[in-house]
Amino acid sequence: MTTTTKPAAPLAATAARRVGPVALGLRQGRLEITQFLRSRESVVFTMGFPVIMILIFAAIFNDEIAPGVSYTQYFITGMIATGLMTVSFQNLGIWIPIERDRGVLKRYRGTPMPKWVYFAGKVIMVVAIGVVETVLLLAVSAAFFDLGLPATAGRWLTFAWVAVLGVTACTLCGIAISSLARTARSGSAVVTPLALVLQFISGVFFVFTELPTWMQQVAALFPLKWMCQGLRSVFLPESFGAQEAGGSFELGRVALVLGAWCVIGLLLCLTTFRWTTRRDG
Amino acid sequence: MDDELAIAVRGLRKAYGDNVAVAGVDLDVRRGEVFALLGPNGAGKTTTVEILEGYRRRDAGEVRVLGSDPAAPAADWRSRVGIVLQGTGEFDELTVGEVVRHFAGFYPDADDPAKVIERVGLGGKARARTHTLSGGQKRRLDVALGIVGRPELLFLDEPTTGFDPEARREFWELIRDLAAAGTTIVLTTHYLDEAEELADRVGVIAGGRLVEVATPAQLGNRQAALATVSWRTPEGVVESAQSATPTALVAELAGRFGGEVPGLTVTRPTLEDVYLTMIGHR
Repeated sequence: MTTTTKPAAPLAATAARRVGPVALGLRQGRLEITQFLRSRESVVFTMGFPVIMILIFAAIFNDEIAPGVSYTQYFITGMIATGLMTVSFQNLGIWIPIERDRGVLKRYRGTPMPKWVYFAGKVIMVVAIGVVETVLLLAVSAAFFDLGLPATAGRWLTFAWVAVLGVTACTLCGIAISSLARTARSGSAVVTPLALVLQFISGVFFVFTELPTWMQQVAALFPLKWMCQGLRSVFLPESFGAQEAGGSFELGRVALVLGAWCVIGLLLCLTTFRWTTRRDG
Repeated sequence: MDDELAIAVRGLRKAYGDNVAVAGVDLDVRRGEVFALLGPNGAGKTTTVEILEGYRRRDAGEVRVLGSDPAAPAADWRSRVGIVLQGTGEFDELTVGEVVRHFAGFYPDADDPAKVIERVGLGGKARARTHTLSGGQKRRLDVALGIVGRPELLFLDEPTTGFDPEARREFWELIRDLAAAGTTIVLTTHYLDEAEELADRVGVIAGGRLVEVATPAQLGNRQAALATVSWRTPEGVVESAQSATPTALVAELAGRFGGEVPGLTVTRPTLEDVYLTMIGHR
C-alpha cells in the first residue's frame, strides 16, 4: 500500500467545498448567459432580428385584416412566437454543434460535472434570454405600434403557458436536432432553412388562413403554427377567433400539439444526443 | 488488482470496423510514476489513452484505472482523474480566470484557481479572453483545467505541441512538481527528449501493440549497445570503430597520437535511434 500524497490544500483561499446541485446548475446558467451576451453575432441575430423585422414589416404593411385588427398586430404576435423559437430552437441547434466540434462537450465529459448540468445551463440561458427578448418586443410594439398588452389575468395566464410549453418544445427539439449536424458549420445549415420555412408557412409573415390548404396542413404538424395561434388569442380581440382556420383559437389543441412536441423532443434528446463528433467515435 | 497500480491493463483490444487500432495491450503504471507512451501517429496511442480516460469503449480486455473500470467508474472516479486532451474545448468568449474558476467548481477538492493559473504560467493572462491566447498559452490553459481538480492521476495527450523551447522547459518543471507531490502521470508525446527528460518508464506502441516498456536509459537495450568512437587521422580522414570498451580504445588512441586525439567523439545510440528502430523506420 502506498498512500497517495496530494498537494496540501491552500489554507486561506478555498476551503474546498463541493458545490451543491442547485448551485452547479445556476453557475452553468450564468456561464452560458455570459458566453451568449459576449458573442456579438448571437445577440444581434437572436435579439435584434425580430425587432428589425417588426420595424420593417410594420412600416411596409399597414392594412386592416379584420375589424379592429391590423396586419401589424397580427405580425407582431407571430414575431413574438418566432423570437421564442429563435432563442431556443435555433440558438441551441446552431451552438451545440459548434461546442461539440470545438470539443467543449468532450471536455465537460472529462470532469465530474453531472450530464444534466450542461442542459440545465442551456435551459437557464434560453429562459433568461427569451424573457428579455419578449419584453423588448412587447415594449417596442406597445410604444410604436399600438399593441395592447393583455388586459385580463386570464390572457396573461394563456400567454405564460403558451410561452412555457412552446419554449420547452423548441428547446428540446433544438437539442435533438443538434445531433444531426456533423460539423460546427452544418448546424446553421440544418436549422436556419427549417426555421425560415416554418416562419413562412406558420402564419408569421402571411395571414395563416390565406395560405394554401396543404401548406396549412403541413404547418399544423409543427409547433410554431400553434405558438402563433396561442399568442393571437392573447393579443388580438376575442372576435378574431372566428377568423382562425378552426373557427376558434383552439387553445386545447394548442396545448395538445405543443405538449406532444415536448414528449417527442425529449425522446429524441435521450436517444440521439452525442457528446463527441463522429470522427471521435 | 494491485493497490499499488494506478493503471492495470490486460489484453486490451479495440477495432474500428476492419481496422484494428489496439491489438492486445498489457500495461501497468505504478502509483506516483511518470509513464510516457511513445508511438507514431495511428499506432493506437490515443485510442488506448481514451479508453483509459473513459471516453471510448473497448472490445475486449481487463482495464482498471484507480481501481475502477473506466467504462463504468465509481462515483468519485472522475474527480480523481485529470485529463488534458489534444487541444480541444475552447471557450472563446470567456477569460482564463472565468474558465478555470468554473471548472474548479466541478471538483470536490479543487485547487485555488488563481494559484493554478500562476502555476501554468498564465499569471498575467487571467483577465484575457481565451481567444486572444497564443497556441502555447491555450495549451497551458488546457493543462490548468486538467490539474485544477488536484487529480491523483493525470493524462496528458501531447501536452507541449506548439510550445517554444523555453515554455517546454517550464512545463517540464511543472510536471516534475506534480510528480514530486505524488501525482501519477501518463503522457503521450512525439518528443523523445521530453520522454527522456520526464518519464520513469517509457512504453513504445506500434501497430496496436506495446513493443517494449523500459526506463528511457534501458529502452532497446541501449546501454548495452556498442559505442561508436570516431576520430581524424593525420591525413584528415575520419575513421570510426564500434567498441564494447570505448574507454580502452580512447586510451589506445591517446597513446597513438601522443596526447589529444583530433576530432574525437564517443556516441551511443540516442533514444531516437532506438525508437526509430523499434517502430520499424530503421
